Amino acid sequence: MRQGFRQSMAWLHAWSGLVVGWILFAVFVTGTASYYRAEISRWMRPELRTVQADPSQSAERAVAFLKARMPDAAGWYIEFPKPEKPVIGVHWWKSLAGPFHQALLDPETGAPTAARDTKGGDFLYRFHFELSMPPTLGRYLVGACALVLLVALVSGIVTHRRIFADFFTFRRHARSAQRGWLDAHNVAGVLALPFHLMITYTGLVTLAPLYMPWGVQTAYKGDEIRFFTEAGMMPEMPVPVGRPGSLAPIAPIVAAATARIGEAPEGMAIYSPGDARPTVVAIFEEPHGLAHLHPQIAFDGATGAIHGEAGTARAATVTSAVMVGIHEAHFAGPVLRALFFLCGVMGAATVATGLVLWTVARAPKGAQAAGVGLALVQVLNLGTIVGMPAAIAGYFLANRLLPIGLADRAAWEIGSFFGVWGLVAVLGALRPASRRWPEALRLAGALYLAVPVVSALTTGEHLLRDTRFLGFDLAMLALGAGLIVAAHKAGRRHASARDSRRSPGMTGEEALRA
Amino acid sequence: MDLRYRAAVLGRVLLAALGGYAVAALATGLLALVLPMPRSEAVATATLLSFAVMIAVVVGVFAVRSLGRAALLVGGLALPLGAGLWLVQTLAGTA
Repeated sequence: MRQGFRQSMAWLHAWSGLVVGWILFAVFVTGTASYYRAEISRWMRPELRTVQADPSQSAERAVAFLKARMPDAAGWYIEFPKPEKPVIGVHWWKSLAGPFHQALLDPETGAPTAARDTKGGDFLYRFHFELSMPPTLGRYLVGACALVLLVALVSGIVTHRRIFADFFTFRRHARSAQRGWLDAHNVAGVLALPFHLMITYTGLVTLAPLYMPWGVQTAYKGDEIRFFTEAGMMPEMPVPVGRPGSLAPIAPIVAAATARIGEAPEGMAIYSPGDARPTVVAIFEEPHGLAHLHPQIAFDGATGAIHGEAGTARAATVTSAVMVGIHEAHFAGPVLRALFFLCGVMGAATVATGLVLWTVARAPKGAQAAGVGLALVQVLNLGTIVGMPAAIAGYFLANRLLPIGLADRAAWEIGSFFGVWGLVAVLGALRPASRRWPEALRLAGALYLAVPVVSALTTGEHLLRDTRFLGFDLAMLALGAGLIVAAHKAGRRHASARDSRRSPGMTGEEALRA
Repeated sequence: MDLRYRAAVLGRVLLAALGGYAVAALATGLLALVLPMPRSEAVATATLLSFAVMIAVVVGVFAVRSLGRAALLVGGLALPLGAGLWLVQTLAGTA
């Protein structure tokens, strides 16, 4: 700890940022990609074509499938087909602790879809807050990192003497590499600072019931369902009686729900379907606006009569729901969504430049040898900053290259994701320090450029014949080109760094205060 | 960089993480009971504020001059909050 408030905050910023930087980079990249989760899922199931499906009929087909699969389930969930996901999604589970099973049904036949087996954009979405770990563990870890990020943001703001001037400062041709990295870190960090603060705080609020359950614990003795019902987020539900019974026909329930709200629900949840008193809940899309509050109607599943509706949420609950809504940006049109995407990229760039700055500021001066710690951070930096984007390209390529009929195909795709990630990290660690960045960036760029080509060769669809995936293909080409340009720049920087003498280095804290 | 410095840093990290969370959790639990609004609103308000409380404590723990003062800060917040929570719950139990 150093003397003075600003100095202690500079220390806190540098070290807290390093400790969680790698995980945060992965969280930012996958979260940013998740703004286009539906588009990614659609691209990854090219066999699916948009169909006109009637919700009542879809519900009947789904119930027939679920009755055969698990009649005594604790719950079923049915997702109706929509333009960006033209299949019936069905989920079933025996206990809320999991496991949760799911399948996609063809809306025209009610049989499991013939489209390739993939997790689609959902894998990236879940990785964003679960890191492919056991869900609760992953969520706690991401939450802890988010808290540290919030600390790093606050201490970073305090550290900046001239936050307004930094807004307009980018010494790209600065003599010292460190100055350039510092400015890049500041530009990416300060320009999108409102977004960074917003996305971190709202991310914590999204999982607040898990991270901060103590209000529900004291005021509701831990009864979460009671809290959600009183807050107007859930309807009152019938209580199962524990005797077997049968479910009323689902189609009239869907029709009644549609008539009540004026639009078809986006999904139906059915609790205790094998009980004499099951519950059917119609869940609707959020109404136009910022808040993430789905209108819900609960039906008595034995009679099909309306049992209750979600009440009206009050100020604090709406505030909370708006925070979740802003985090997920479901309200945003194409332009605003692109802006959120760019801000997410800036967030990833802030973390990446911060990580690189940490090593540049501590690079050995003159004949001093680099320590083990520094070498480790350098290797992990490359493995994460280049490995993570390369892994996503590997995931997309695997989606097109793996045989359609392969057993556990979706798991193989995820395996490819981690395989490419590990490969880039290991190759990076084996190469000399001056070569590893340009080489790894070039490899990642080539993987992205290969995605539209491989896709055209394997599916016969390409941008000249069909514009269905035009946006996706262009995004891949842009990312690939960007990585190749970055590789070129990284190669040049090293060449010039060898020629000129390194300017006297600063410690990280000095750099932050400069 | 002697051992004492390292131990003091470790102490602050532990104090910030565990103490910060404890203060935030106690404040959330207490506010959910005492805020003058419907029960669900009090819970939502307290939960929304909890993360800001935790960040403020963490920044405070790293900003004060010594580990002892940091411990005083966390203790000085946690004890009254804990006592208040105990009192409110006991009163509610007997009422």
